[in-house]
Amino acid sequence: MASITLEGITKNFGAVAALGGVSLDVADGEFFVLLGPSGAGKTTTLRVIAGLERPEAGCVRMNAQDVTAMPPAQRDCSFVFQQYSLYPHLSVYDNLAFPLRAPMRRVPEEEIKRRVEQVAATLHIESKLQRKATQLSGGEMQRVAIGRALVREPRVFLMDEPLSSLDAKLREELRVELKRVQRQSGATVVYVTHDQVEATTLADRIAILEAGRIQQVGTPEQIYRTPESIHVAQRLGSPQINVLPASWFGQEHPRAVANIAIRPEDVKVGRQGEGVDCTVIESSLLKHHVIAEYEGVEVRARFMEDVAPAPRSRIRLAFPREHRLLFDSEGRRIAA
Amino acid sequence: MAEIRIRNLQKRFADFTAVKDSSLVLEDGKFVVLLGPSGCGKTTTLRMIAGLEFPTSGEITLDGEDVTYRRPRERDIAMCFQLFALYPHMGVRGNLEFPLRNERMPRAEIDRRVSDVASILRIGHLLGSSVTGLAGGDRQRVALGRAIVRQPKAFLMDEPLGTLDAEFRELMCVELRKLHDRLKTTTVFVTHDQNEAMALADHIVVMNQGEILQADSPHGIYSFPSCLFVAKFIGRPPMNLIKADAPVTRGDTFVRIGRREVDVPRVEAPSAGVIVGVRPEYVRLLGADQGCIGGRVQHVEYFGSHWVVEVQTDAGPIKVLADKSARPQTGLQVGLDFDKQHIVLFDSASEKLLPSAATLAHQPGMRHG
Repeated sequence: MASITLEGITKNFGAVAALGGVSLDVADGEFFVLLGPSGAGKTTTLRVIAGLERPEAGCVRMNAQDVTAMPPAQRDCSFVFQQYSLYPHLSVYDNLAFPLRAPMRRVPEEEIKRRVEQVAATLHIESKLQRKATQLSGGEMQRVAIGRALVREPRVFLMDEPLSSLDAKLREELRVELKRVQRQSGATVVYVTHDQVEATTLADRIAILEAGRIQQVGTPEQIYRTPESIHVAQRLGSPQINVLPASWFGQEHPRAVANIAIRPEDVKVGRQGEGVDCTVIESSLLKHHVIAEYEGVEVRARFMEDVAPAPRSRIRLAFPREHRLLFDSEGRRIAA
Repeated sequence: MAEIRIRNLQKRFADFTAVKDSSLVLEDGKFVVLLGPSGCGKTTTLRMIAGLEFPTSGEITLDGEDVTYRRPRERDIAMCFQLFALYPHMGVRGNLEFPLRNERMPRAEIDRRVSDVASILRIGHLLGSSVTGLAGGDRQRVALGRAIVRQPKAFLMDEPLGTLDAEFRELMCVELRKLHDRLKTTTVFVTHDQNEAMALADHIVVMNQGEILQADSPHGIYSFPSCLFVAKFIGRPPMNLIKADAPVTRGDTFVRIGRREVDVPRVEAPSAGVIVGVRPEYVRLLGADQGCIGGRVQHVEYFGSHWVVEVQTDAGPIKVLADKSARPQTGLQVGLDFDKQHIVLFDSASEKLLPSAATLAHQPGMRHG
């Protein structure tokens, strides 16, 4: 296993700057998630680590050794893609054994058998080993694709949205499985996703990537609780964090504060008492949330009551001081 | 505008029965989602409504008129397949006009329809553009525009968002629902994705193995699943289902799980053995010796606004949706309590929902049977 360091990586595709000076430290054995919208540079970062793209500037290190000029095969990274790429004419067993049978590895068949069976057991596909890849369901195929990465015991796993083509139930199952396998094996994983749920549930640390630049790096809790910008605050959390004008709060905060953000689950919902009178736009018993409006601004709040407030009815929403995040006019956070 | 009724609909392919004796009223102006795993019969049902498949027996009416054996063209229903497919060699206007030109509609009428659709979807400024350069959201709106420009009585959609990537799928869901709120055209939408169903539907029809298991509002499906299959199929993380082998009789207000007594809404029918169903958001995490059942924290997942905590108990694993301030630790001994009002019971032999004071108070939102 290995640690990974990126230093000032820039990568252009023609006139488009995909990465504008990305620096990162991924610790040995860490589950590291790159989170961002499409086009942010997540996949490019992954491909630079794997050696599939050569950066214009900057340096890639593995275990402190400079590998920037090293070809992909020698870096010993294992890639898992969004679309499972299995050999359709081979059985599950042979698909899993394939990376070990590469001429440069020369793993004895007995050892191959042991590794394949071990990986199959971990991913609960033991009973499918003799099936053709085409006889599997989508979830099973993706398990095999992940298994094929695991069987090699590489220095680093690079995963590019490996769960996004699966349905909700399978995604959840494989998410738990993936985390468990990573814990057990102590593997270093760099995982790309645009899905914030995958990011917060899987990551030891998350890097928020936007337009080729890192916005913030931290544990899921650090990023959720103390975002450094409004942008980052809006990246995590569903429904999205509320961004309210400072003018609602009179003189309560310093003058530099332009916006006050508060998470929906921290908004207090009531019929009277402190707060502002809002008009209900939409409410969902199912998702336990209500969207209401005050002075043209939509406010989202979590509620657990059994009767949903009707659209156009009035509710009182309060924003407890201890849960407020303060931002200046540039969207940067100001300590409370 | 259309009300679609299907009565005792049945479809057999050789010795395989794809749809078993289904009856359903799809009310005028509603967005109805047929939801189920692959092979459940949802697509076959949709294809029979469209006229692409004729039933083995049964009847389909459109606004009271029998259309069971009419050809698709004679039904004035639009079948939309993949919404994202646009003709790349045509501009935005060309794509929108295409379905109308096919029908040899007069020029003036085509222009009027296209400009209506463009203003509904706020894409008027794009009419002169090519579709290849469009941003994702605009592209989806154009695709949607092409589906609605014909102004059919009803829309039938078969997994139209299936191959979109996750980001656009959510965006498209919002667009579809907004459009429906404006047009109020009866829509039947097939999917296996419960998130899509929950986000879009006025009514959800859950199917499995050719059978309709439940037809109700999203709230009804979520809170009072008609059977164990629906309970397991809807909701992430799924409903906790705890086996309590003890019998219950009418009027009981608690259920025995092992040696413990758990308060439940008043039971309205007897059962030889029940399964207790409670969703993770209605389980409370307490100190080690509190609550009605104890266990050890097995696994935790962080979601920002909350944690999902899996607790191993002697009645099996139980998932809890805990407050974000909870900071649950793996290995910790904890106690659990259930929110009585939100417990549902299932008969373990029939796997069906057992009537209780809570379930009887609920009015199903849709007629079927």
